[in-house]
Amino acid sequence: MMLDFLTAPFTDYAFMKRALVVSVVLAMGGVPLGVFMMLRRMTLVGDAMSHALLPGLALAFLLCGFSLWAMMAGGLITAIIVAVMAAFLVRYTQLKEEAAFTILYLLSLAAGVALVSVKASQIDLLHLLFGNVLAVTSEGLMLVCGTCVVTLFSLALLYRRLVIDGHDPDFFKTTGHKRWGAGLTGLFFFILLMINLVTAFQAMGTLMVLGLILLPSLAARFWARTLDGMLPLALFFAVSAIYGGLMLSYYAELPPAPAITLLAGFGALLSSIVGTVGSVVSRCR
Amino acid sequence: MTVCCCHECASHPVLSLQDICYAYGRVKALDQVSGVFQKGSLVAIAGPNGAGKSTLLKILAGIIAPQSGQLIYAPDVGTIGYLPQISAVDRTYPISVRDAASAGLWPKTGSCISLCGKPRQLVNEALERVGLADNATRQIDELSGGQFQRLLFARLMLQDPDLILLDEPFAAVDADATQKFMEILLSWHEQGRTIICVLHDLMLVRKYFPQSFLLAGKCLGLGHTHQLFEQNLLSYDLDMAELHCPDENNSFADKGDV
Repeated sequence: MMLDFLTAPFTDYAFMKRALVVSVVLAMGGVPLGVFMMLRRMTLVGDAMSHALLPGLALAFLLCGFSLWAMMAGGLITAIIVAVMAAFLVRYTQLKEEAAFTILYLLSLAAGVALVSVKASQIDLLHLLFGNVLAVTSEGLMLVCGTCVVTLFSLALLYRRLVIDGHDPDFFKTTGHKRWGAGLTGLFFFILLMINLVTAFQAMGTLMVLGLILLPSLAARFWARTLDGMLPLALFFAVSAIYGGLMLSYYAELPPAPAITLLAGFGALLSSIVGTVGSVVSRCR
Repeated sequence: MTVCCCHECASHPVLSLQDICYAYGRVKALDQVSGVFQKGSLVAIAGPNGAGKSTLLKILAGIIAPQSGQLIYAPDVGTIGYLPQISAVDRTYPISVRDAASAGLWPKTGSCISLCGKPRQLVNEALERVGLADNATRQIDELSGGQFQRLLFARLMLQDPDLILLDEPFAAVDADATQKFMEILLSWHEQGRTIICVLHDLMLVRKYFPQSFLLAGKCLGLGHTHQLFEQNLLSYDLDMAELHCPDENNSFADKGDV
């Protein structure tokens, strides 16, 4: 009976099963990225980039309707524009990185919402902002799987570079891989992040994508001392949040993406209080 | 001002600087610094706080590019080993001491070659030599400042570098470790490797470093350490902070270009 309660949504309904698969595959590629984003202090940058997708998605949506490829292309284009503008602002003005990204992401969010509301209904806007993991097409599923494979392979190849660059960037720059230097590693990581954000939007929406990618990583930081421990633990937290979130959305009739993000967020908060490494409780002891 | 470091000029320049300038915003850190470092030399870069010592070292290491001026490496410069100031490293990064030291082998192992077997043995030997063998499996955030400095030195040894650039390698370590590091540096010097070391401890400069590069935004002197002491450019009595002001020093550096 109990078992039935726990598995029924996924055995009875194909769309629930698919939602579970899509989210877990997204997390498999995204969560390791999230761990490295956290260690590279890029969480805010990631947040800004996820917002930067929105105007492009909206514009593509206005021009081509709900076409996955057009929207992904649109999202990528605006994201690249925002990244270049942010780099420009940081380099040539006195603005610090977080301030530059704040300007740009608020601008993107407003532009995106304004663009969608020109033509589309409230439903479409919600779909863009929060995604719909229950309505991912087969095409979308394949795309998510492809992205996951590419991401994991790339991260395996980049792993040592990211670790060395992360803890001692100056040293990394002196180690003399001229063609494959420090700047390129950062750029390649950034591209991986963009690819993941753009494929994830259909399931989680532009605003919730990072919840799935970052919150489990932040939670894992409070339990694991080592990077080898942090990566699997973060994935475990992510899968737990996905399962719990989908159950919550099924039985409590909540939209799935916010439900998943809520659980992941509570997990991160709880970890920051009772975790074993650097949490409130462990510091008081 | 191009002063040759060696008497006989038997060896050749491995690194030459020409009118290097670097500024952080409006603050000039380096103003038209020139000099030549000979292959096989053992040079201390000395100067007051804010003299641009670390900036110069970063430029020599290729971490930052000079905003104007030229930096010329000899074709046979070889591998560059760089030991950063502790404060430039993220000491909370979740990796073990052994992993952090293994980064020294990274140019050889690349992304795919396993670190088990021979590389592991090399890393253990290096950790042994700097006295960190017992701490190999600890996380780097558990190390004290002095222990972390030892870790950086182990990583430097694993790089097996031909041109060695060190930024305050003795800052947090005890006399025992200073002695040990210095022995390793001197043995490298005997093997003909080039060593350039940022130092504020003039006792050490005088004791171990045949040549010195005196820096205070500009190059105030480059040559034999004992001569710099004789000229009172380097002196234990001298408050290093005063080096910014004296007019004759600045004009001396300006005339040097003519």
